[in-house]
Amino acid sequence: MLEIVFFYIAATVALVATVMAMTRANAIHALIYLIVSLLAVAVIFFLIGAPFAAALEIVIYAGAIMVLFVFVIMMLNLGEKGDKQERQWLQPSIWAGPAVLSAVLLIELVMVISQTNGPVSVTAVSAKEVGLALFGPYVLAVEIASMLLLAGLVGSFHLGRRYLERDNLEKQGGQ
Amino acid sequence: MSETIWLIPLIPLLSSVTLMLFGSRLKASQIGILGVASVGIAALLTLLLAVEFMQNQQVIQLSLWTWMEVAGFAPGISFYFDGLTLVMMSVITGVGFLIHLFSTEFMEKDPSYARYFAYLNMFVAAMLILVMADNLLLLYLGWEGVGVCSYLLVGFWYQHNANGHAARKAFIVTRIGDTAMALGLLLLFTQLGTLDIQTMVGEANQTWQVGDTIPLIACLLLVCGAVGKSAQLPLHTWLPDAMAGPTPVSALIHAATMVTAGVYLIARTHGLFLLAPTAMTVVAVIGITTSLMAAFTALMQTDIKRILAYSTISQIGYMFLALGVGAWSAGIFHLMTHAFFKALLFLGSGAIIHCLHHEHNIFKMGGLRTRMPVTFWSFMIGSAALAALPMTSGFFSKDQILLQAYQLPDIGPALWVAGLLGALLTAIYSFRLVFVVFFGKANTEPDKDTGWRMAVPLSVLCFLAMVGGWFMIPVTEVFPASDGSHPAHWVEYVSISVPIVGVLLAYFIFYSGRLKIDGLANSALGKSLGQFWLSGWGIDWLYDHLFVKPYYGLANMLKGEPVDAIYGLIVALNQTFNHWLSVAQSGRIRWYLASMVAGLILVITLAANLSGGSL
Amino acid sequence: MDGLNIPLNHILLVSSLLFAIGMLGLMIRRNIIFILMSLEVMLNAAALAFVAAGAHWGQPDGQVVFMLILTVAAAEVAVGLGLVLQVQKRFKTLDMDHANRMQG
Repeated sequence: MLEIVFFYIAATVALVATVMAMTRANAIHALIYLIVSLLAVAVIFFLIGAPFAAALEIVIYAGAIMVLFVFVIMMLNLGEKGDKQERQWLQPSIWAGPAVLSAVLLIELVMVISQTNGPVSVTAVSAKEVGLALFGPYVLAVEIASMLLLAGLVGSFHLGRRYLERDNLEKQGGQ
Repeated sequence: MSETIWLIPLIPLLSSVTLMLFGSRLKASQIGILGVASVGIAALLTLLLAVEFMQNQQVIQLSLWTWMEVAGFAPGISFYFDGLTLVMMSVITGVGFLIHLFSTEFMEKDPSYARYFAYLNMFVAAMLILVMADNLLLLYLGWEGVGVCSYLLVGFWYQHNANGHAARKAFIVTRIGDTAMALGLLLLFTQLGTLDIQTMVGEANQTWQVGDTIPLIACLLLVCGAVGKSAQLPLHTWLPDAMAGPTPVSALIHAATMVTAGVYLIARTHGLFLLAPTAMTVVAVIGITTSLMAAFTALMQTDIKRILAYSTISQIGYMFLALGVGAWSAGIFHLMTHAFFKALLFLGSGAIIHCLHHEHNIFKMGGLRTRMPVTFWSFMIGSAALAALPMTSGFFSKDQILLQAYQLPDIGPALWVAGLLGALLTAIYSFRLVFVVFFGKANTEPDKDTGWRMAVPLSVLCFLAMVGGWFMIPVTEVFPASDGSHPAHWVEYVSISVPIVGVLLAYFIFYSGRLKIDGLANSALGKSLGQFWLSGWGIDWLYDHLFVKPYYGLANMLKGEPVDAIYGLIVALNQTFNHWLSVAQSGRIRWYLASMVAGLILVITLAANLSGGSL
Repeated sequence: MDGLNIPLNHILLVSSLLFAIGMLGLMIRRNIIFILMSLEVMLNAAALAFVAAGAHWGQPDGQVVFMLILTVAAAEVAVGLGLVLQVQKRFKTLDMDHANRMQG
């Protein structure tokens, strides 16, 4: 029973944190809320018997990816002016329409979901099983994922390098 | 000689081509010599040919080569020469030569001297091909060739808009008839399988009975072509306007030769027409109606060339009458004499116009009798022949026509009376012209008299117009002989006396003034009738409202391309949708996202509904 | 861990809610950084749904797909943040509505 209670708590935390993340004007604040949301989702993973996924969620999502965000936000150095601008953009007139759309979509999803029933499995799926599946039937997917990562690596290197080079060039030109 | 008749059309053709290609590099004298000499040689060859023909009466059929050969249809470039051809060739080359000579003086100041002679020579060549053709297709080639030359020469002074308009009118109106004629040729070919005139007539006589429908249709189509070319009702409207061309051109093309091509065509295919008596009646009625209509119109005209133009229409009407009543040789005889005296009159008017600063209005002339004696005598003789006064050439030919018309059963006497009325009118208007132009007081002073190059052709034509009636044209072998009976003597006497009465009337009205017609002319009826006649019976107006204006209206309507509007609508719809879609391409990512979400909602709804109400 | 019966549709409901919130964020924010964050939320929601389904059937496949989503998210963020830097560099703003040169 405790697990069920934990689940609802974690779910509530995840939802609230996400809503907060989406509505913040300050990027760092939003990021912190997002990390909280991710951690709460990791808890849910753990509760439904996917401890390996929970670990990955924390290490890679909440850790690595969010740190990337932090670095970039720091590099951009948005400051107070950015916050004001963000608040101005968050007028009800702007989000009313999208909210209706999202609500409709949500209702549809809920109506579809409500037809599935039954609990999640009793036994946890261990990391070993995941590993066997990953390098067994899904090995091709792993290859493709690795290619994707390589592409992301090259792409981000390319974009970031030019950013830095231009910066240097402009500084030199200014001197 | 008989083997070289092809030289006769070839020489003017070569001269024409030479003038077209090198005309700008030649001196005026060289151009004149080339232009006149080529037709002169052709005339000389024709004369030799005529002498030979008179001796042995031999029909020549000369096939040069096969023009084309498609599925049994093999018209040749082949010539046929008999008495009828000889008459036509003599008129074309003989009168043509005189008119060429006249032109050298008339046109000597014109900057386009070479172009003029190139066209004129080409015309002579085309006309010769027309009359010498052995098959109807080659005849049609010549037929269209003279049409083109007529167009080019009517619009010779193309710098004036009105001349171009007249040229187009001449071309288009005759083209209407030509289209019908082409249909006639097609019909004849599909029915008889050949277009060689002699073979065709033989075939026709074996295939059809007198009064059959198909020869009637074919003949009527040929008549349409003839009517267009010979300026008969209802396609006569182009000829008065065609006077916009140089006067020698009017003399050659629009009086002596081309306009009589229709007469020639009917005479040449008379074997077919004998199978269709109805068509012949139609020809006769067209002829006499046109003749009267044009005579009334000529009575009111003030432009010297238009008077002559309407008189030409009227005289060709007589020729049609002759053909219609079966007086073939009389028709051809009148064709020849008419070529003489009408060419004479036109050249005479050309001389007057030349010497009177291009004045066309007869009421601005007057008193030219003493100052231009050669022209005066030309006009006297020409008008006498035109009015058919006894002993002139016109008398013999017209008298024959009227007498033969009288002998036709049923409608014969009616045609005769109408013909006499036409003859009376002819006498009145031709001598009105003479009295107004050459007598009375002078209104315009001529700045020069005619030179020898004008005087010689006038004199020769005077001679021909006087004695032309004594010629025996060698067509007895060509046409079926008439029965040789003569009507009662009183008919002849009336026919002879009517023109004299006409001349006397003209004398009293326009010269001595003893007969006052002012009261009649100024009455309301007289005025409106005069106006009606002056406008050529309002036929131009009628055609303008019947065809030209509706056509313009239609063209205006179609200018906006209403049929394309359907396709334009598709284009417009596409453009509208494209516009809407491009509005959707706002470049704003949030807008794209919103539309994606909307699409997603739609897809889920559809998928859920289609999966059997699992939603 | 007996009596463990968290209903599957509740987890999926949480997942749907997260997805909807992420989508809403995606549509209302103009700042490119927030757009990327919203994308992360949506990916995460999808991953949650996969893992829950995998757990429901007691199969590892859900977690496998989760890991694939993780790689996609990582690559996307790497490239996306590089783009953020470029946008800031060129337009001196992070407002995506300024980068609308593809307007039709």
